[in-house]
Amino acid sequence: MSAQDDRNPLTVVSPRSRRRKLQGRLMELLASFAALVAIVVLLIVIFSVAKRGLPAVNANLFTQVAAPFGVEGGGIKNAIIGTLIMTAMATAMAVPIGVLLAIFDTEFASPQVSVAIRMTLNVLAGVPTIVIGIFIFGLVVVSNGQSAFAASIALAIIILPVIARATEEVLLLVPSTLREGSMALGATRARTVVSVILPSAFGGIVTATIVGVARAAGETAPILFTSSIFANAVVTDPSQPMASMPFAIFTNSESPSHHDQEVAWAAALLLMAFVLLGSITGRLLSLRTRRQIEQMR
Amino acid sequence: MTTTNLDPSSIPLPTRRRPRIGETGLRALTAATALLLVAIMALLVYETARQAWPSIQEFGLGFITSDQWNVVTAQFGALNFIIGTLLTSVVALVIAVPMAIAIGLFLSELAPRVLRTPVGLMVELLAAIPSVVLGLWGILVMGPFLAEHVEPWLSDHLGFIPLFSGYPSSQGVLPACVVLSIMVVPIVASISRELFLSVPSELKQGAMALGATRWEMVRSVMLPYVSGGLVASTMLGFGRAVGEAIAVTQVIGGANAISRSLFPPGDTMASRIAAQYAGTATSLQRSSLAYLAVLLLIISLITNIAAQLISGRLQRRLGGEA
Repeated sequence: MSAQDDRNPLTVVSPRSRRRKLQGRLMELLASFAALVAIVVLLIVIFSVAKRGLPAVNANLFTQVAAPFGVEGGGIKNAIIGTLIMTAMATAMAVPIGVLLAIFDTEFASPQVSVAIRMTLNVLAGVPTIVIGIFIFGLVVVSNGQSAFAASIALAIIILPVIARATEEVLLLVPSTLREGSMALGATRARTVVSVILPSAFGGIVTATIVGVARAAGETAPILFTSSIFANAVVTDPSQPMASMPFAIFTNSESPSHHDQEVAWAAALLLMAFVLLGSITGRLLSLRTRRQIEQMR
Repeated sequence: MTTTNLDPSSIPLPTRRRPRIGETGLRALTAATALLLVAIMALLVYETARQAWPSIQEFGLGFITSDQWNVVTAQFGALNFIIGTLLTSVVALVIAVPMAIAIGLFLSELAPRVLRTPVGLMVELLAAIPSVVLGLWGILVMGPFLAEHVEPWLSDHLGFIPLFSGYPSSQGVLPACVVLSIMVVPIVASISRELFLSVPSELKQGAMALGATRWEMVRSVMLPYVSGGLVASTMLGFGRAVGEAIAVTQVIGGANAISRSLFPPGDTMASRIAAQYAGTATSLQRSSLAYLAVLLLIISLITNIAAQLISGRLQRRLGGEA
């Protein structure tokens, strides 16, 4: 695999060399332009949501539930609370399982089992979220009815691979010298995990949790069939279906009412700000953890 | 606390028991979560297939080739949604993949060092925008913009291509393609950046030493080196585009029709499920929507496993070379 270049490199200033240089410049310009386009699209989306959402953000949004059809005013208090509760429940389910799974995969499993687990995690991460919604609908909702709990299970399944893979990545970064040192001092594998590996990977687990929360808060598809018929009031009982921010945006975005659309923009702004801040924090923290662990080497 | 399993012969017997309980306990606990993962995956397949079973029995494989979706006559078929899914995903990939590879190249080779982290972060943030927010933007801002400015231009200048013929519409297949391409770009871009970074510098330096320009080095050394990985990342992007339900439902307009043009409304498998599953009229309709979910599941399993096999084989091959 070497360069297919049969031309004489000594004829440096020939027209052909100029053409090659020009072609190279052009392609590099195009690649830089592509990156620029991606950033511009991101900024356009953020800007259009902010432009329409900011004027609609007011105190009512946080203190009132949705107004009856055709009536001005109203807010998304119940949707905010619903999203917070369901996200918290999903995270509480997915983080312990995801972390234990990552520990098993990196510390205990044989290479073959480890490969199989990683493959299953990737496959689960690739399952369309709407299919997860149908799965939990059949598993939980058909017999027990809609509930925030059902929605949380669906969200937990969606973020489980996210958390497990992120944790795994950090556990693998922990230098093997630390493991060997611990074992050499006579610690068992379990003791090594609890006293050496988990503390050094703690930052990474926090990062994984933040990324999982950000992901769970923004998902709509798994909520569509598990928590979509709810009382227009603040609900805190997880056995009842709850309103949620993504669902509020989804239904209001398809409403012809101008006021509903304003509520959708305001909710979208809040949700997007929450999710993007979470993602940025997670990303920066993971860079920091990575550096810290690298210093241990 | 004082034992090790490295060399059993050197360990005094009485102290062996207790630490082993913790060892076995943690091992069992973590292994249980692995079993749980496998159980979730198996249950997911079983439960979705179980819901689809009445429809599978009723229509069999003819479901895939029928374009009927009629609650009154109880005839259901997926053809239009399959075509809609393939059309939106393929157009999205055509837009997104070249851009994403270029971005990966920019982030790994061209960008000044100070720009790499912030630009990479911003591209990743594109993937973090909740799809319902992207859909809201798509339905109220981007769709109308396309219908007013882009689609008339396309039909005036490229109208001889069936894809770009017909009347502009603010809800339709084209906005869905654009939304999907926005979602696919960050996935493919971040994988291709990793791939480009994995090209050994000896190969790159060798090409440069032979007098290649940087672009010639990219084209003749880097792209061939990572081509398998790029195929795998494209497949992952395809899986993402096929499975996206919410944003597509919001912008595509929902119509059981195949059009040769990208402008009028259509539907994908995922968007049809999202639009109808919560309010089905008959159990056969619900079951048929679950049948669509089974098809989605099969497509996502195949693309995902194939992508992993390709990249796994690549890693082994490259590992063998090193």
